[in-house]
Amino acid sequence: MRNWIDIAGLNDIPKRGARVVKTTLGCVAIFRTDDDKVYAIDDTCPHKKGPLSEGIVHGASVTCPLHNWVFDLETGMAQGEDVGQVATFDTQVLNGRILLEASRLAARSAA
Amino acid sequence: MTQKLVIIGAGMASGRLLEELFELAPDAYDVTLFGAEPRGNYNRIMLSPVLAGEKCYDDIVTHDADWYREHGVTCRFGEAVDKIDRAQKLVITANGATSYDKLVIATGSASFLIPVAGNDLPGVVGFRDLDDVTAMLQAAQAPAGKAVVIGGGLLGLEAAAALNEQGMDVTVLHLMGHLMDRQLDPAAGYLLQQELQRRGIKVNCKAHTKAILGKDQVDAVLMEDGTVHGADLVVMAAGIRPEVRLANDAGLHVERGIVVDDTLLTSDPDVFAVGECVEHDRTVYGLVAPLFDMAKVLAQTLIGQPAGFVAPAVSTKLKVTGVDLFSVGDFAEGPEREEIVFRDPGRGIYKRIILRDNRIIGTVMYGDTADSSWLFAKLKSGEDISDIRDTLIFGPAFPAGAPTDPLATIAALPDDAEICGCNGICKGAIVTAIGKGATDLAALKATTKASASCGSCTGLVEQVLASTLGDTFVIPAAQPICGCTDMTHEDLRRMIKSQSLKTMPAVMQECGWKTSCGCHTCRPALNYYLLAEWPLDYADDAQSRFVNERNHANIQKDGTYSVLPRMWGGMTTPDELRAIADAADKYDVPAVKVTGGQRIDLLGVKKQDLPHMWADLNEAGMVSGHAYSKGLRTVKTCVGTDFCRFGTQDSTGLGIKLEKLLWGSWTPHKVKLAVSGCPRNCAEATCKDVGIICVDSGFEISVGGAAGMELKETEALAKVATEQEAIELTVAFIQLYREHARYLDRAYKWVAKVGLDWVKERVVEDLAERAALCERFELSQSVYRKDPWAEQATPAFQRDKWSALADLTLEAAE
Repeated sequence: MRNWIDIAGLNDIPKRGARVVKTTLGCVAIFRTDDDKVYAIDDTCPHKKGPLSEGIVHGASVTCPLHNWVFDLETGMAQGEDVGQVATFDTQVLNGRILLEASRLAARSAA
Repeated sequence: MTQKLVIIGAGMASGRLLEELFELAPDAYDVTLFGAEPRGNYNRIMLSPVLAGEKCYDDIVTHDADWYREHGVTCRFGEAVDKIDRAQKLVITANGATSYDKLVIATGSASFLIPVAGNDLPGVVGFRDLDDVTAMLQAAQAPAGKAVVIGGGLLGLEAAAALNEQGMDVTVLHLMGHLMDRQLDPAAGYLLQQELQRRGIKVNCKAHTKAILGKDQVDAVLMEDGTVHGADLVVMAAGIRPEVRLANDAGLHVERGIVVDDTLLTSDPDVFAVGECVEHDRTVYGLVAPLFDMAKVLAQTLIGQPAGFVAPAVSTKLKVTGVDLFSVGDFAEGPEREEIVFRDPGRGIYKRIILRDNRIIGTVMYGDTADSSWLFAKLKSGEDISDIRDTLIFGPAFPAGAPTDPLATIAALPDDAEICGCNGICKGAIVTAIGKGATDLAALKATTKASASCGSCTGLVEQVLASTLGDTFVIPAAQPICGCTDMTHEDLRRMIKSQSLKTMPAVMQECGWKTSCGCHTCRPALNYYLLAEWPLDYADDAQSRFVNERNHANIQKDGTYSVLPRMWGGMTTPDELRAIADAADKYDVPAVKVTGGQRIDLLGVKKQDLPHMWADLNEAGMVSGHAYSKGLRTVKTCVGTDFCRFGTQDSTGLGIKLEKLLWGSWTPHKVKLAVSGCPRNCAEATCKDVGIICVDSGFEISVGGAAGMELKETEALAKVATEQEAIELTVAFIQLYREHARYLDRAYKWVAKVGLDWVKERVVEDLAERAALCERFELSQSVYRKDPWAEQATPAFQRDKWSALADLTLEAAE
């Protein structure tokens, strides 16, 4: 079952920026790109646990602030030479509100 | 008996509906048409040319009285409908009731009046119908009239360009960061803004309107930042709002617009809606193409043919004479999307095609839209373009792919573009010298002095050689900043200065960036170069800064931060120490450390505690120590003459003066200073970026030291007699470094590149240059000498930045 949760307004996140949503499984980073696409991925870099929400957002990628790993926001895959992946979550923007698909978050917390 | 069809609204959607209907079944209905305007249907899209004086009303009439008579339409123009009685199937006007079998609501939309005081003053108009245009033309009659257009979208810009044509002094206020933000990306928005400004239209983006001022008539617009724009006319073009009052009052299902299904049927089986007042599949439309599609579907529905409305791909074109602009589809970036970008800085052309799975899903073009219909057709057909991918951006006329010319940027520069800043050598002079036989770098240096001083323009001089000589000159490989551009740091700095590039989109366009918004390597560098060159014009972009500079604290390996308040010259007081101790207690700080820069670091602070801790420290009179920035860090001092038996000068006092002068400034890399009171050098001044050692006869200033990955001793810059001179030399040196060094080069690296003699010439020997450097530094400091903590600890920042967006753990726990 899909579980869309209204988490914030689009304008609560700066363009080319991110903010986090707290969940029982740690923080999920919500990104807004220069052209107002919204993505949600795990906030924690698989390399050394850097907070991805604090990275520089360029195109539809983010660069981890600790050691410059670059992640594709849609697939969660590390780019270039680095190997790793973070979980991604579906989002949509409806009437200026950001909705996060949280069924997996709920499922993981129930387990 | 013929069924009675009543239509409310005589605009373009209902006009097209009637055409379609009479084409399919001329006698199916007895039609009555209500229109609030005292005239029939005209082409509203052409209101802009009417306003510009390029067309008149008669040219844009689509259905005249004869047409309505011919088709047996009963016209009730100038008669506003007051209400709909659905139970009795009646439409009520001031003249009485009219019955219907089927009703079509086509009330269109109205200008969205931004909710500020004064939005109802005479002189404030929308831009929806002929009456608005008449009012605007009247206002344009007055000599030297001023118009303010609120809204830099399609409609607002057409109004602005037309009013400008009519001789008005026009200012556009746009809330977002670039013009036509819904149709264009920042790069195309930049080019459009350039063009409008060239025509004399003033454009202000990120402009927040606070109020419209005036007594009996509008006379100015007040902005949130206090700016006032004089105005005899204010055009509201900040968006449109579906006109849904009648439908609402009649109890129909209305969201943003009147909700209809695929057949344009509302929640009442005998009531349809069409046009801009409609909401279909959660979308409201404001462009004409989908409205015409709706009209066709509705005509079929009305005569019982099966038909369904499907949201079409919509393309946009701005109807401003001489502006070529095109946008269609989805042009946002995204993973699994690829983009092809073509920029020709010389001709002001920008094209971007967005692909997904080798299919075009969006296009933005500016300056050359000749291929727009070809690309639009490919987008609509969804065809696989793998085979022509390499040449797609050049259009159908291009037989085989030719690579973009990396020299285009240089070739496009005018002759008076300054290439060598040290010696003031323009491109024209270099080209002339090349013509006279100076065909390599050494010869050019010898004959023109271009790149003969600091050498940072070498890359550009070589490119001028290459673009002038063609294949006979091979440019030695230079390291570009990153994959987004072919330019080196030095090239970029020169372009920003000589071409007066003051925004990131401007730089990316004029310097031929290959990506739409850069990357984590070029953006911080660009942000620094822009703010260093244009302190008053350029607004610092937090999103292009590394986390530490964005959050004004040092991120630690576990995602916590360190907080380090400034201690001027390493001096502190019991009160400050108490405040630091209190903060450490209150926020459970796990570690407190004395740093090498003579101050105290609080380590392991949680992000959400930062603004509160800063507010507490601010309260005690302390400000950010900028321990995180590419900027001034510390000025380390010894106690000097006040206490030390060897001290020769007031080294502590000088250190504090320097720190108070320099703090808050951004530099290419970190800057550390030290002032020692005697040659014993207790402040370790000889491994700093600038070190001052006091002696009996004055001050010895040395520069370019470091004690990091590389250990470097400073080199003597000069010895001066007075404290004032020592301060001026220090400031001038730092400003020269700010203006010339490559981003992330420490001062010693930069000095090694340009040579200490070159630095001395400017900072020590040329007194006029020294004064000018100090003046430019002070100008920049008028913006940046402030405490970022105080700003970031304000309630607005606390709400918008430091806390989580939402907390889903609470919900899960329930």
